[in-house]
Amino acid sequence: MTAFIIANMAPLMFAALVVVLLLGYPVAFALAAVGIGFGLLGIEFGLLQPTLFQALPERLWGVMSNDTLLAIPFFTFMGLILERSGMAEDLLDTIGQLFGPIRGGLAYAVIFVGALLAATTGVVAASVISMGLISLPIMLRYGYDRRLASGVIAASGTLAQIIPPSLVLIIMADQLGKSVGDMYAGAFIPGFVLTGLYVGYVLLVTIFKPDRAPALPAEARTLLEPDGSHGTRSLMALTVLSVVAALAYEFWYYAGKESPLDEKIVITMSVGIGFAFGAALVNRVLKLGLLSKLAERVVFVLIPPLALIFLVLGTIFLGIATPTEGGAMGAMGALIMAFARRRLSFSLLKQALDTTAKLTAFVVFILVGARVFSLTFYGVNGHVWVEHLLSGLPGGQIGFLIVVNVLVFLLAFFLDFFELSFIVVPLLGPVAEKLGIDLIWFGVLLGVNMQTSFMHPPFGFALFYLRSVAPAKEYVDKLTGKLMAPVTTMQIYWGAVPFVIIQVIMVGLVILFPQMVMVYKDDAPTVDPSTIQIEVPFDQAAPDRGGTDFDAKPGDGKDGAAPAKEENYNPFADSPAPTPAPGAAPDAAPGAAPAGGAPPK
Amino acid sequence: MNALLALSRLIDRINERIGRTVMWLVLVAVAVSAINAIVRKVFNMSSNAFLEAQWYMFSAIFLLCSAYTLQRNEHIRIDVIAGKLSKRAQTWIDILGTIFFLTPMALLIMVLSWKVFTMSYISNEVSTNAGGLPIWPARVLVPIGFFLLLLQGLSELIKRFAFLKGLIPDPTEKVLSKSAEDELAEAIRQARGEVA
Repeated sequence: MTAFIIANMAPLMFAALVVVLLLGYPVAFALAAVGIGFGLLGIEFGLLQPTLFQALPERLWGVMSNDTLLAIPFFTFMGLILERSGMAEDLLDTIGQLFGPIRGGLAYAVIFVGALLAATTGVVAASVISMGLISLPIMLRYGYDRRLASGVIAASGTLAQIIPPSLVLIIMADQLGKSVGDMYAGAFIPGFVLTGLYVGYVLLVTIFKPDRAPALPAEARTLLEPDGSHGTRSLMALTVLSVVAALAYEFWYYAGKESPLDEKIVITMSVGIGFAFGAALVNRVLKLGLLSKLAERVVFVLIPPLALIFLVLGTIFLGIATPTEGGAMGAMGALIMAFARRRLSFSLLKQALDTTAKLTAFVVFILVGARVFSLTFYGVNGHVWVEHLLSGLPGGQIGFLIVVNVLVFLLAFFLDFFELSFIVVPLLGPVAEKLGIDLIWFGVLLGVNMQTSFMHPPFGFALFYLRSVAPAKEYVDKLTGKLMAPVTTMQIYWGAVPFVIIQVIMVGLVILFPQMVMVYKDDAPTVDPSTIQIEVPFDQAAPDRGGTDFDAKPGDGKDGAAPAKEENYNPFADSPAPTPAPGAAPDAAPGAAPAGGAPPK
Repeated sequence: MNALLALSRLIDRINERIGRTVMWLVLVAVAVSAINAIVRKVFNMSSNAFLEAQWYMFSAIFLLCSAYTLQRNEHIRIDVIAGKLSKRAQTWIDILGTIFFLTPMALLIMVLSWKVFTMSYISNEVSTNAGGLPIWPARVLVPIGFFLLLLQGLSELIKRFAFLKGLIPDPTEKVLSKSAEDELAEAIRQARGEVA
């Protein structure tokens, strides 16, 4: 019996973890308890050194001094303030008016606004609730298929998970030991492609089942010109002019200059948007009447989200701010915006702080629990066991990726992304690295996959929030006075299915076309590395600092600073690893018995 | 039992007070971080003290608010199976979990990190970064946080037993405050003139 336990410590520990987690006691404490319990057992059997637990305070220290994780409260707080600022409502109303008159227009509007909100900051629940309360009743009023309407809302809300700046990507970067900026850059194209797939699906529906997503009738429009026209032509003219202005600026400013691609994109887009805003402002102030109501309204509602996107993503990609600071700037921006719109009350502020503090505590405690667990798990060579299981798969890289994605897809039915990223990802990362898989690619891939955890019936959070705001009983439509049928829970579940399938297709696409992610490598550093040294003289050899201090560098999203990060790759190591070679086996946990040292080939 | 329930209420009040105070550090950290980024860009100077202060605050937030989060029953659980069990069974899981999972873990980490803190305090450990802060204020957060967690565990135990005896209503019922999601939905409904 004892011999069996000693020989199979790692699998037993893993099995115990599964059982304990399923008991339903808070994950953070259950994880830590399994780690400590098996640690004691290991010490008893002489597998581990009695000093094993001496490493615990240092492990915690590594979590505390982690600047990347600081982004969790920042982005959460930003999202909570932003969701109450009324921005989403304005966007949904206006973009709905803009796209409504075409077939499937409201669905496109929901996708577009979902992607836009996702790019300001990612809060799935807030997007789904806003769309469920604002767009869903309109879609139902004009005869949208209930399954399509609810599916498109739930799915568009989850875009917040994959389009930067998202918490998933931050945590993924942290757990894989990569820079958040690279993870953001890598996730951009897949995020847009996924949005495109949603649009493509709605397009197919409007072609083959046009009655499921009808165009809004003429009387549903409120933003009309005095002569009764829609004013879309004016908006198109303004769009074309803005694009021309942006391209002209780019041509003139960057002529003969070597500049990184992301800086060019950020600057050029800002110029175009600034032009449109300036034109709309001049038109309004001078009462020129050159723009239609619709055009003016569209410009004015798009400005706040675009300004926030610039404040967060723009500053990160320009190398002005670290991703963490980007979150702080975004939070400041959201506060200012909510205040300017008179939506910021003291009670709202307190509530947002309260929710942020609790969310931060439970998320970081899962990580703390996972670190306690991994101390023992690595001590008993659990990583070797996992590697053995996974690296022996047929098909090399592709075989590994397929198996891992199927596994994560299935686990996502039960676990949410925090649990997946803190428990599962650190086990998979080192194996992926050994197989020569780019970890940014791997992280984005898992990010797209984990997005399904929000959409899986019956536990998906997006579905849950949609259910909470969708009409569950018959109701009288405010405008038409007609009695409307409720949206049933089964309709919400079935509505999500096509989008889960799209998600799976997207995972396949990212596996087949890694180029979508790899563009992150094209970014040249935008911050001169020499200035970093002066500004933030972190001591690399500091013995008691966590492994992720380097995140504090501005522009660490760039290749220039990446090698410094690489050094700390071992996601379980607390102190900077003395053997920095990327691809090297993670060092055995401190306190592990020498017998369990080198992993086999 | 009454004395115990009074103790539980006292613990709840202390942890709530701490949580509701420490949460303001989120706002302070946001301001410090944003200002630090701007100052670095505009005046080309940066201070390690500011960078370190940020993660000190971050540590304070998650360590000191964890007990408050436990009190509000917001540490995530996997309730795929447990959610289907009876209320009594769930209460027993919480009781056993608190005794066998939470308590030993929190005790061990508290004791070990207290030692680390005292060593740091005695040796007056200072950050090795230029212009860095003294380290012990961050070190002391760990034992305090886990001590609060232990206290809250005790309070939760008392409440669970009292619930089993039928002395108090279900302590896990979320009657304490509305979630941010509820408030958002309500605000949108109000703005649209459909007061729910």
